[in-house]
Amino acid sequence: MSNTGDPHISRRNLLIVAGASVAAGAAPGSARAQKPLPMGPAASEPVTTKVGMIVNGASRSMEFDTRTTLLDALREHMHLTGTKKGCDHGQCGACTVIVDGQRINSCLTLAVMHEGSSVTTIEGLGTPGNLHPMQAAFIKHDGFQCGYCTPGQICSAVAVLDEIKAGQPSHVSGSLMGAIDLNEAELRERMSGNICRCGAYSNIVEAITEVAGRPA
Amino acid sequence: MRSFTYEKVASPAAAATAIASTSDAKFIAGGTNLLDLMKLEIETPAHLIDLNGLGFDRIERTSEGGLRIGALVRNTALAADEKVRRDYGLLSRALLAGASGQLRNKATTAGNLLQRTRCPYFYDTNLPCNKRSPGSGCAAIGGVTRSLAVIGSSDACIATHPSDMAVAMRALDAVVEALRPDGQTRTIPIADFHRLPGDTPHIETALEPGELITAVTLPKPVGGTHIYRKVRDRASYAFALVSVAAVVQRDGSGKVAVGGVAHKPWRVEGAEKALANGARAFVSGLLADAKPTKDNAFKLTLVERAVASVLAEVKG
Ligand SMILES: Cc1cc2nc3c(=O)[nH]c(=O)nc-3n(C[C@H](O)[C@H](O)[C@H](O)COP(=O)(O)OP(=O)(O)OC[C@H]3O[C@@H](n4cnc5c(N)ncnc54)[C@H](O)[C@@H]3O)c2cc1C
Ligand code: SF4
Ligand code: FES
Ligand code: FES
Repeated sequence: MSNTGDPHISRRNLLIVAGASVAAGAAPGSARAQKPLPMGPAASEPVTTKVGMIVNGASRSMEFDTRTTLLDALREHMHLTGTKKGCDHGQCGACTVIVDGQRINSCLTLAVMHEGSSVTTIEGLGTPGNLHPMQAAFIKHDGFQCGYCTPGQICSAVAVLDEIKAGQPSHVSGSLMGAIDLNEAELRERMSGNICRCGAYSNIVEAITEVAGRPA
Repeated sequence: MRSFTYEKVASPAAAATAIASTSDAKFIAGGTNLLDLMKLEIETPAHLIDLNGLGFDRIERTSEGGLRIGALVRNTALAADEKVRRDYGLLSRALLAGASGQLRNKATTAGNLLQRTRCPYFYDTNLPCNKRSPGSGCAAIGGVTRSLAVIGSSDACIATHPSDMAVAMRALDAVVEALRPDGQTRTIPIADFHRLPGDTPHIETALEPGELITAVTLPKPVGGTHIYRKVRDRASYAFALVSVAAVVQRDGSGKVAVGGVAHKPWRVEGAEKALANGARAFVSGLLADAKPTKDNAFKLTLVERAVASVLAEVKG
């Protein structure tokens, strides 16, 4: 069966529309529920859909190919190139951003899955004239060399301090129920999802320690 | 990545209908495994059904005094839940030993159970792999097998299941709740959930095509000391070479499952009687039918030593 026939394409658009309206909470159920149709072989033409999200406090609404990752949406479509692509497979943390208060790898999620999400990137944490305390601490402690991993490190570090504040234990926490001791081992474990090819790890730990309010 | 259509469903019934009416469709939850594989075109769904509008994000007491964990509960939320930390510490420990903070914030309970193998040949689309393309052969057999299975494998596949969480759930006697595309619900004990490869390594679980996981339940807490020991090539952000999930009681009895050795979390209840006689006695029963390769025979020693260290820690 050909993928180029009109019925196929119009059905595809229908699905996207159904998906978007459900995502917005407007229409429960989906159009396909009433009229199931067999799907052809893997779709070959690009399928696009409109997605609205809040990025660094501003509303953005754009048309994306369903395949667009949140990372590519930020970098290629919104031109927020602070967030970096290292591995594109969840293995390095360079693409870390904060979505609805939680740090995630933006390379392993789709833009279409983030209708209504609030995204904070390194550009949203602070500006050159008004640095976030974590950005200032990374500069003060030389928490980088080439800087490629740094936006991800900083987004991760900001979220890590919130996770500790919320009482979330880690792999190295001595007790699952007790208070979390904010020591070097804790910070290294919690930051292990951010790889630094330049090996700035010890300075990164010092920067985070200072922001956490303990002498580095 | 191949092109695909996308829809987000708002109810389990809509999810079941969507999957039943579309060929080549897949559910997506956290996306951390599926998208990784779609980028490599190892998974090529024509349609994605996003489950993130279903809710299924609660952890509740069951009437039997156990816990019901929604399929969409994130790994971070599950590990940090106070009831889980207090009564099922093993589960928190296993989750916290897996992946990274960023990945655990996205990864879901169901997605974690269904994550696919990390066999390096499965990832190399230039090479034969019975799991990726059934009937093509297995490039791992005779290849580099250090990370692969030592027990329960077949002539078709020697891959392991990579989940840490699943190993803890096996020791905790979890039960998977599922919804068939025809609307029927059923429960599957974790022991029967993951399959051995046999002749059909591409069929990895007892789920039928299109079946939706709705929750995982845990029986009421059994007390004891909970320890998850993961041995890996680096201290964090790496898959297990072997892992041991143990709940050990004061009298020396216990439940112990092992990860990194087979196509499913490996547990032999009949071997657990020997726990009181020490690690060697227990592991000789647990891994009695092991068929390691030259590259991965070290795992047998490693399991024994990891169990010994767990038992030593229990004694204090
Ligand atoms: C770099 C890296 C390191 C990692 N390290 C570890 C580790 O050390 N230990 C470990 O255990 N894991 C590790 N992981 C794997 C991680 O835990 C899994 O990717 C994650 O748990 C998958 O969950 P998800 O919700 O993102 O699944 P998805 O990617 O959304 O889905 C996975 C599969 O489950 C299916 N599915 C999802 N939900 C349902 C449902 N409700 N019903 C039916 N089918 C469903 C999907 O169709 C898909 O086939 C690592 C991953 C990466 C990328
Ligand atoms: S061991 Fe299994 S997953 Fe690995 S190449 Fe062989 S068939 Fe594929
Ligand atoms: S680019 Fe996302 S983790 Fe490496
Ligand atoms: S500063 Fe260069 S990779 Fe971290």
